[in-house]
Amino acid sequence: MDIKRVKDYIYWLYYQYLLITCSYVLEPWEQSMFHTITVTVVAMVVYTAYVFVPIHVRLALEFFSQIFGGQPESTVSIMN
Amino acid sequence: MKGRRGWACAPRPLPEEEGSVSTTGLSRRGVFVLQINHIVHNGGLYKRPFNEAFEETPMLVAVLTYVGYGVLTLFGYLRDFMRQWKIEKCQNATEREEQKDFVPLYQDFENFYNRNLYMRIRDSWNRPICSVPGAKVDMMERVSHDYNWTFTYTGRVIKDIINMGSYNYLGFAQNAGTCQEAAAEVLSQYGAGVCSTRREMGNLDKHEELEKLVARFLGVESAMAYGMGFATNSMNIPALVGKGCLILSDELNHASLVLGARLSGATIRIFKHNNMQSLEKLLKDAIVHGQPRTRRPWKKILILVEGIYSMEGSIVRLPEVIALKKKYKSYLYLDEAHSIGALGPNGRGVVDYFGLSPEDVDVMMGTFTKSFGAAGGYIGGKKELIDYLRTHSHSAVYATSMSPPVVEQIITSMKCIMGEDGTSVGKARVQQLAENTRYFRRRLKEMGFIIYGNEDSPVVPLMLYMPAKIGAFGREMLKRNIGVVVVGFPATPIIESRARFCLSAAHTKEMLDTALKEINEVGDLLQLKYSRHRLVPLLDRPFDETTYEETED
Ligand SMILES: Cc1ncc(COP(=O)(O)O)c(C=O)c1O
Repeated sequence: MDIKRVKDYIYWLYYQYLLITCSYVLEPWEQSMFHTITVTVVAMVVYTAYVFVPIHVRLALEFFSQIFGGQPESTVSIMN
Repeated sequence: MKGRRGWACAPRPLPEEEGSVSTTGLSRRGVFVLQINHIVHNGGLYKRPFNEAFEETPMLVAVLTYVGYGVLTLFGYLRDFMRQWKIEKCQNATEREEQKDFVPLYQDFENFYNRNLYMRIRDSWNRPICSVPGAKVDMMERVSHDYNWTFTYTGRVIKDIINMGSYNYLGFAQNAGTCQEAAAEVLSQYGAGVCSTRREMGNLDKHEELEKLVARFLGVESAMAYGMGFATNSMNIPALVGKGCLILSDELNHASLVLGARLSGATIRIFKHNNMQSLEKLLKDAIVHGQPRTRRPWKKILILVEGIYSMEGSIVRLPEVIALKKKYKSYLYLDEAHSIGALGPNGRGVVDYFGLSPEDVDVMMGTFTKSFGAAGGYIGGKKELIDYLRTHSHSAVYATSMSPPVVEQIITSMKCIMGEDGTSVGKARVQQLAENTRYFRRRLKEMGFIIYGNEDSPVVPLMLYMPAKIGAFGREMLKRNIGVVVVGFPATPIIESRARFCLSAAHTKEMLDTALKEINEVGDLLQLKYSRHRLVPLLDRPFDETTYEETED
């Protein structure tokens, strides 16, 4: 029962995607081409995000911690 | 009226005296805010509430619509490329080999649109029917094996589709009943028609009877009937105005009015749809500046408006138009193609609806094609006007006269509306239509669709916006046995695609409920319930002075 609901929901999402991107009115071969392009683009975006976002977040954190009071703390620790 | 969500949009103060003209837009807007949900009438111009609203397109929807068109355009270019390099079979019209070096014929945007966008959803249009288009209709089933380039009939008939698409306002499209009997009798008595013009042998007593009846129905001195509504407009406007005259035309006027205005050779200026500020500005400019270059005054100024606009479902602000027309001493041409029979307590059109006098409208034009279930058009007005048209209008001089059975259909249905057949059937139909209209519009609004137009207009546009949803809506509704009309570019602006329902007195409550249930379902499936209930009264729509300035020559 639940699986059917999830399946219906996924199908509904897919239908909305078809309608909004207008791939609903494309011919099947155009549709597969369009889907391939969207899937590739989305996959690349996700992969890029996966690779680069953590690095950038870490760098940003370091940068801000340096600006806001990271510095004195470290001097104190050296003196100790 | 209280508690209704729609805005009662009170007309702005009409310039009875010069002072009020200069009220700034800002303070006027302030007045509007105060008037939400109050029905205030200005100087008694409106005798009844005038609730007309156009909800703005939600930003996200507009963006997504453009995205959709972008995808389709890209694929269109791809397909055109493939057709050109013979990778796929080219099915559309192309130039012949020996014409290759001439001006290209199929390169403009309209052709591109037809080939690559319209063709994909073409199955939702021009569906052949095989019964009388009454409240229910039978449709021939057809399939396409090459993505809508060609269709073949399966031989099956889809029975009893609820017809929400015909301009059958009063339900006179019937193949049984008194109108049909009378028409059949006249057919055996007079034949199908005399192949001659009214000026020569074609003038029958039935025609004169019809014209007298129309004049009585409209409350005008005299009237004249023509065999075709479109030609009534396009051939009579040139007879009324010409060079040195000015035509002020609503931007959404029907093609026949546009054609007539262009054929006349008069200068044409366009005012914003139903926008009285825009109209007044044009009138004032015309009076102050006169004709371009020579600065002579215009010979005549003719205002062209329609009663109900068939794409927006809006009703003309007739009281204000008439006040402006009187103030600036111009003429008014009112096309009642959709409103005659469909509006007003007696079914006599917008003039009746607003409780005005027919004498205030100089040229009353209308068609018999919609409410009367027949064909043809009429013009009513002063006797001098009609006598003049009888001798000068092209369609009076050259066109063959109307077919007597059609005339009889009009006479019987008109008498029925007037109650002269001794029954109250006509009156009941007019009331039924008004009831159906209110009910249907209210329910759709409650469901959360964006509905355009006046709450009393039997034309109900439901906004779809996205191009794929045009096709999907038509198909899904047909699957559920409901016939609807979907409209897209070029009949509407490119992002404002819509479905248009036309209500009829022949629809019963059960039919409407069935239709509403299915529309609700399809609306959920296609996510059409865009409405955020933020309504903009027509007058508050952005009024940009520069947009019509460019029409000046
Ligand atoms: C406003 C208006 N005027 C004129 C006509 C033309 O009438 P007919 O269809 O009778 O030629 C139409 C028809 O659609 C119309 O909507």
